[in-house]
Amino acid sequence: MTDLIKLTAAEIAAKIASGEVTAVQVTEAHLARIEAVDEKVHAFLHVDREGALAQAREVDAKRERGEKLGPLAGVPLALKDIFTTKGIPTTVGSKILEGWIPPYDATLTRKLKEADVVILGKTNMDEFAMGSSTENSAYGPTGNPWDLTKIPGGSGGGSSAALASYEAALAIGTDTGGSIRQPAAVTGTVGVKPTYGAVSRYGMVAFSSSLDQGGPCARTVLDAALLHEAIAGHDPLDSTSIDAPVPPVVEAARNGDVKGMRVGVVKQFRGEGYQAGVLQRFDESVELLKELGAEVVEVDCPSFDLALAAYYLIAPSECSSNLARFDAMRYGLRVGDDGTKSAEEVTALTREAGFGDEVKRRVILGTYALSSGYYDAYYGSAQKVRTLITRDFEKAFGEGGVDVLISPTTPTTAFPIGERADDPMAMYLADLCTIPTNLAGNAAMSLPCGLAPEDGMPVGLQIIAPAMADDRLYRVGAAVEAAFNARWGHPLLEEAPSL
Amino acid sequence: MPGITREEVAHLARLARLELKDEELDHFATQLDDIIGAVARVSDVADEDVPPTSHPLPLTNVMRSDDVRPSLTPQEALSGAPAQEQQRFKVPQILGED
Repeated sequence: MTDLIKLTAAEIAAKIASGEVTAVQVTEAHLARIEAVDEKVHAFLHVDREGALAQAREVDAKRERGEKLGPLAGVPLALKDIFTTKGIPTTVGSKILEGWIPPYDATLTRKLKEADVVILGKTNMDEFAMGSSTENSAYGPTGNPWDLTKIPGGSGGGSSAALASYEAALAIGTDTGGSIRQPAAVTGTVGVKPTYGAVSRYGMVAFSSSLDQGGPCARTVLDAALLHEAIAGHDPLDSTSIDAPVPPVVEAARNGDVKGMRVGVVKQFRGEGYQAGVLQRFDESVELLKELGAEVVEVDCPSFDLALAAYYLIAPSECSSNLARFDAMRYGLRVGDDGTKSAEEVTALTREAGFGDEVKRRVILGTYALSSGYYDAYYGSAQKVRTLITRDFEKAFGEGGVDVLISPTTPTTAFPIGERADDPMAMYLADLCTIPTNLAGNAAMSLPCGLAPEDGMPVGLQIIAPAMADDRLYRVGAAVEAAFNARWGHPLLEEAPSL
Repeated sequence: MPGITREEVAHLARLARLELKDEELDHFATQLDDIIGAVARVSDVADEDVPPTSHPLPLTNVMRSDDVRPSLTPQEALSGAPAQEQQRFKVPQILGED
């Protein structure tokens, strides 16, 4: 039965549909795995054992009744604790929401339930999705299953760690500056940031509304595509949701091919600050793409050099506004309400007690950037950089004629827990390659491209596509994945040490 | 580009409703000064003819017909409240005594 946890989501769904195994057996196998290893990994903040088994029983009953099952029916999934779940705690990794039980489901949660996906529980994350290491969780860090003394990436480290430790077959993340792709890269898994607006943000606790995007995490490109299709689509409850058909991502993942494609290598994504082993694996990926029949060209995106600076003004500005809702009045923590203090004082005491360092840092930075006298110099200029970055992408995909861009996902492999904890600028560098895509709103994927020779840790390859062309990520990703697996003789994750 | 002082951080914290401790003020003032020094580069491109982009999608107001539809019950809406009274959110005093 332990083999059930090693199956891909597509395999699990097929076995359940054919009656070879039951959804309850699959769920029980994953719950047993969580029980055995999560004390070490700490991928989960909350495991909903009873709820998961109830969902699994419902899938089995549907099958027995002869009802048609969806393509992911019965597959166990780990949900980032940023999505509201009716009746199940949602903390966003913060003390300020400790014990909060939402009275409603996020649209994404509802879609997963409608697709008969089994939700195992809520995964650990940097507080309010602010961070690149999952060390900012108020509930303690998550370990990287490849080396538990190292970070699993952030902010969705719990989701990727759950996949890499075989605690779940699928997971959900959110990507504001790289929080799906970066954990995927450093844990040897697959993560996709869909086009901005492709997946509803209703019920996803807002950090930076113009950048936040939910998306799929998986162990294979096909599994990510199946999950992408299950969660994407227009939502009338979200005014930023795109009202257009979802690109054919599953079809693309089943027909991976790069022959005749023009692949652009971003000149700006290498050089200082990049680990030698990361660049080595990236260069091998470029060679692989050429062998597979792609034409590879260098692309100049000069404004990308300013992306990190623009992001660390825009994201804090939007967060300082979004997090104003945590005022100790309607939900969450309330501190200092002894009958003598004003509402304003209670709010300030509550936020001091409920928010962690990184959240406070960004709230203050955002308040500064939006303040009168500095607004034009900081927030206004950052928005101009955003225009220039969008133009760089448009030029590459337009007159440059490239179909996709590629780069390393992260400049380095996973670093030791604690190493950058007190150096915010060093921490922010982890987002260097992922941020331009969030600023422009287009789509990107990270998938494994080998282990860095110097530390044996996974390296991620990033593929970037124009907005609404998410299917290109899957077409290229599937081709690269198949070629690498053939070269290695197995998926990369099989080289991870057993827990 | 100006840096940020401890007094400014204290002022910003008040604006942001954060009752920071003294040691936090010292700590954040140094860190924020570093961060602002690094991100101030964005103003190098503050060219008049570059329009700002606030959002990746062109946003338009989305309207729907004003129909009565199911929503949260008062009990559900109040379920996370730190304090409630007579089906309302109970909050500390907002106005002073005088």
